[in-house]
Amino acid sequence: MSLSKEDAARAYWRENLRFMMILLVIWFSVSFGAGILFVDLLNNIQFFGFPLGFWFAQQGAIYAFVVLIFVYVWKMNKLDRKYDLHEE
Amino acid sequence: MDTQTLIYLFVGATFALYIGIAIWSRAGSTSEYYVASKGIHPIANGMATGADWMSAASFISMAGIIAFAGYDGSVYLMGWTGGYVLLAMCLAPYLRKFGKFTVPDFVGERYYSQTARVVAVICVIFISFTYVAGQMRGVGIVFSRYLEVDIATGVIIGMAIVFFYAVLGGMKGITYTQVAQYCVMMFAYMVPAIYISIMITGNPIPQLGFGSEVIGTGQSVIERLDGIGAELGFGAYTDGSKSTIDVFFITMALMVGTAGLPHVIVRFFTTPTVRDARKSAGYALFFIAILYTTAPAVAAFARTNLLNTVVDAQYEQVPEWLSTWENAGLIAWQDKNNDGVIQYGPGAPFVGNPTFTGERGVSGERLLSNAPTDAATELYVDRDIMVLANPEIAGLPGWVIALIAAGGLAAALSTAAGLLLVISTSVSHDLLKSNMAPNISEKNELLAARVAAGVAVAIAGLFGIYPPGFVAQVVAFAFGLAAASFFPVIVMGIFSKKMNKEGAIAGMLVGLTFTFSYIVFFKFISPELNTAEHWWLGVSPEGIGTLGMVFNFIAAVTVASFTKAPPEHIQHMIEDIRVPRGAGAAIDH
Repeated sequence: MSLSKEDAARAYWRENLRFMMILLVIWFSVSFGAGILFVDLLNNIQFFGFPLGFWFAQQGAIYAFVVLIFVYVWKMNKLDRKYDLHEE
Repeated sequence: MDTQTLIYLFVGATFALYIGIAIWSRAGSTSEYYVASKGIHPIANGMATGADWMSAASFISMAGIIAFAGYDGSVYLMGWTGGYVLLAMCLAPYLRKFGKFTVPDFVGERYYSQTARVVAVICVIFISFTYVAGQMRGVGIVFSRYLEVDIATGVIIGMAIVFFYAVLGGMKGITYTQVAQYCVMMFAYMVPAIYISIMITGNPIPQLGFGSEVIGTGQSVIERLDGIGAELGFGAYTDGSKSTIDVFFITMALMVGTAGLPHVIVRFFTTPTVRDARKSAGYALFFIAILYTTAPAVAAFARTNLLNTVVDAQYEQVPEWLSTWENAGLIAWQDKNNDGVIQYGPGAPFVGNPTFTGERGVSGERLLSNAPTDAATELYVDRDIMVLANPEIAGLPGWVIALIAAGGLAAALSTAAGLLLVISTSVSHDLLKSNMAPNISEKNELLAARVAAGVAVAIAGLFGIYPPGFVAQVVAFAFGLAAASFFPVIVMGIFSKKMNKEGAIAGMLVGLTFTFSYIVFFKFISPELNTAEHWWLGVSPEGIGTLGMVFNFIAAVTVASFTKAPPEHIQHMIEDIRVPRGAGAAIDH
């Protein structure tokens, strides 16, 4: 990595922010989107015995939250290494 | 062995375990006492966070609330889990890199201001006391229901246990006790849930049974609830009665409030590294999600069971568990039309909580002195029964009932201990060490922390024995205030280098004043106006913290743009906390 430490930290932060925004958009879509704003629309679809909107509100959103955090952990660990900012 | 002996045995054994852990892990330094020397493994920290987070209300009441509210109950399910995503991505890793002990530490140093630190300390203490009062009450109720002692004695026993391990062990003792408590409470929650899922749908996984067919009917659990509910006039289970905007705002306030609650944030100061802090948030939510995805299933099964049992049933032929819980005062039946048949529908059957006269009616029911309402419904069902009565409804043996008692106590005690630790740290570290007596020795600081924890336990116990009428009303406070104060201030402190002292203080004051006034107005000054048509923009006091947060952001950004940028060393500090290793960009200057 030929970047100076300062540039590396800056690039690291930019990538982190972009990645965080993508994950937060998904976070918002599965809960506030599918579970609240579009719940009536999605309830017209059946999903394993549930109306889909209701399923998102009481099950799906929570599963998605858990997956989102672990994806974040995994991506950030890679990012830490890419810019040589990982802990020993 | 009879059930009562089993309950004593289980509760006694778990208490002995907690005390044993406390003695083994007692704290010797302030670092051990405040943050367990930052040596907690992420999985252990995840379990401890789960126990810390899931209170008596989550364990005992949440499934019941959902059973009666249907879709509207989703605000708690999404609200109390979604906040962990914000924690993991916006707060935890950076606060861990910052590396001090408390939330006021961060606010005080990042905004180079003792005023900001003091405002933060006051919020921490207020939020934590509000919350802990409810926990001690929960301990008292579990004791009085299962161990046949009165509530005051129950609270005192609970206080003694918490005092012992919180005061002695500090964060280290609390963390390992909470790991044990997590295991106890999850086992206690899952065993009856799995049994009842098999009983109703034949599927051993409650999360899947929730969507399966009710044995012998050809209809799914949800279809049946929607159908029977509509017949009885309740409205469909999958439709809410709250407006979309209110559901949106409440869910947001609970999520952001969760991410701003000091006793949750402080758990992420205890991990060895930044990487572990992120991972910890993932494990914490995973452990919490097990209960939070089971709860709505339990709610639906319990409601199915209740409707199957009571609707148009002859009172004399109802199963035994119904009369057991009637004897406990959690179910009451007023035979308004004297036909001996239970009529069940929407609305309250009579005015207020049931008051029994001590006599029995024609069908053998306990008579009530309450004035009947105009509604046709005759049955009063306490929401808590949905979890408490499950083992009996499912016909499970006595040891499962004993397990529920131990689980309920674990849930209440673990949350109470976490909150008490935050209060004692605020007093000894943020008020004394960082403010009033900076020269205090480590030994005296530790002593002060223990004395403060002791005093806080005593005050919390008093709240539990003599509950101020407002306890149930103020849960909205804790989340609303956390959402309107800490969350925005911490997020701006990390993500904006321009945010300065003036902006942060202005933001906190605007957010707090607005949220506080709105809740006080609708809950205490004019409770009669607390209906949707009087709410501002249709937002209930439970959801107002979301607007408080928005105003906090606006006020802070506006004020910061007119005042001078933070000093250079603060900007370097921000660059430093943004990267996991080393001093970041600052080191090259």
